[in-house]
Amino acid sequence: MRRHLAYSLALALAVLFGLSGAASADNKLKAVASFSVLGDVVKQVGGERVEVTTLVGPNGDAHVFNPTPATAKLLASADIFFVNGFGFEGWMERLEKSSGFKGEVVVASKGVTPLTMGEENGHHQDDHGDAHDEGGDEVPDPHAWQSLANGKIYVANIRDGLIAADPEGKADYEENATKYLAAIDAEEAAVKVAIAKLPPERRRIITSHDAFGYLADAYGLEVISPEGVSTESEASAQDVAMIIRQIREEQIPAVFFENVTDRRLLDQIARETGAKIGGVLYSDALSKADGPAPTYLGMFRHNIGALSAALSS
Amino acid sequence: MIDALFQPFIEFAFMRRALVGCLIISMTAPPIGVFLVLRRMSLMGDAMGHAILPGAAIGYLLAGLSLFAMSLGGFAAGLAVALAAGLVARSTVLREDASLAGFYLVSLALGVMLISARGSNVDLLHLLFGTVLALDDAALILIAAIATVSLTALAVIYRPLVLECFDPQFLRSVSPLSSTTHLLFLVLVVLNLVAGFQALGTLMAVGIMLLPAVAARFWVEDVAGMIGVAVGAAFVASFTGLLLSYQADVPTGPAVILCCGAFYFLSILVGVKGGIIWGLMPRKHLEA
Repeated sequence: MRRHLAYSLALALAVLFGLSGAASADNKLKAVASFSVLGDVVKQVGGERVEVTTLVGPNGDAHVFNPTPATAKLLASADIFFVNGFGFEGWMERLEKSSGFKGEVVVASKGVTPLTMGEENGHHQDDHGDAHDEGGDEVPDPHAWQSLANGKIYVANIRDGLIAADPEGKADYEENATKYLAAIDAEEAAVKVAIAKLPPERRRIITSHDAFGYLADAYGLEVISPEGVSTESEASAQDVAMIIRQIREEQIPAVFFENVTDRRLLDQIARETGAKIGGVLYSDALSKADGPAPTYLGMFRHNIGALSAALSS
Repeated sequence: MIDALFQPFIEFAFMRRALVGCLIISMTAPPIGVFLVLRRMSLMGDAMGHAILPGAAIGYLLAGLSLFAMSLGGFAAGLAVALAAGLVARSTVLREDASLAGFYLVSLALGVMLISARGSNVDLLHLLFGTVLALDDAALILIAAIATVSLTALAVIYRPLVLECFDPQFLRSVSPLSSTTHLLFLVLVVLNLVAGFQALGTLMAVGIMLLPAVAARFWVEDVAGMIGVAVGAAFVASFTGLLLSYQADVPTGPAVILCCGAFYFLSILVGVKGGIIWGLMPRKHLEA
């Protein structure tokens, strides 16, 4: 009996080692991105040389993401890990430590000037920021990618990170990055044109959580929301009441849902004020590949399109 | 002053709806809570919040993000766990709390595995649990319907239920309906909890079921009296909690439950039947 056990154990170990030895023989750089927006940008800059896996997939909520052993395993076998920074991925440090990840961590928002909760225009008071932060007075808003100018900084950091990890691909990465930066410039011009067409007093919207601070700041919109910066917070009756009062007094035209939050509270607000429901905006995650916002630039196109449609009439 | 009390409800429809929703649930949940406390099943509510996960997961796997499918699945799973625990408690050596603990943990683990198998990051329970500030027509009708069914059923099985709490052997000896009563009661518990979760969130649903009932024990000694006090306390706590959430900018669910909690502490201290203060006061000596 004991001999049989020893044989089966030896056989199992041999199979395991054999399998891991036969692991992929292709030489692509293994990159892991923390969420779908980053994943898309890394794919655009990395091109053929990089194999990208995303941890928080389409329509996923990175604020409440819970890593699993599969996540840790994925990270352990990666060469480079791209994260957003600014506290967006609260689970990141523990994941890095527990997975034994030995590669490079690239913070995509390095060099971006963050907005804090009090600074953003239209934000209705930092009580919500305070409810979140555990130490200081000012919590940086992590959603920096909502400004295309910051998006360009992301591209630069990602390009440099990829070059550092894979120096042979330098020419490829630089070429991809230059092309993508040009595409971003074109998109930014289109966004500015679209917003300029809207009458100034109609450039204000309500969404579920404070994910659009950078969009508002960069392109002249006013965005108001009942939940704070993270989807984990719960709204109080006073929050909802203040928003409803503001919508009524200032005739704010539209209410937008997001793909990562529950729409019932916004439904309630829209019903009570008669504000138009403008559709879905993509904030913290892209849509699935067959959806309206499968890429970073696609997300902007969709969001600005929805905003224009709702606010111009 | 009166103005400050009622003005939020006059001005805002969502406050009125929230109040109506809370008052309805304050009518239907505390009576159930009183019986749970009497039968030493107080922690069942919290366990149920976790036990419904595999049902919601199956609903999600079959029908995507449909609240109806997930709620139905959740209800089915909760019912299965409650009934299985009830049956095991009645026919084996295990008591109610142990058998429930066993089943709800298995249910929770199954749910987590089902969700991970799909590989999605959607926080199902997050979506399934609502907030009292977002009660739409469908949710209000749901709670009202559940309340009607629940209160009627409770009225029908009231006498066997009370007897079952205090002398189950006697009930078993005079009636074959002992098991049916118990199982019907469990169905009512799950019904109220699942409806409560969807409309109000876990904290509020379980809290309003149990806290007023627990506090009522310090004021009256008969079952009907306890139900009355519990419902009354829940009404007051709902109104106060909503007002607090409005005036002091605190989340609504926790505010209502903390008001219930305040009443609980008050009851422990000065409750007429067994409050601590009365026990500490010097009593009259009878002298010949």
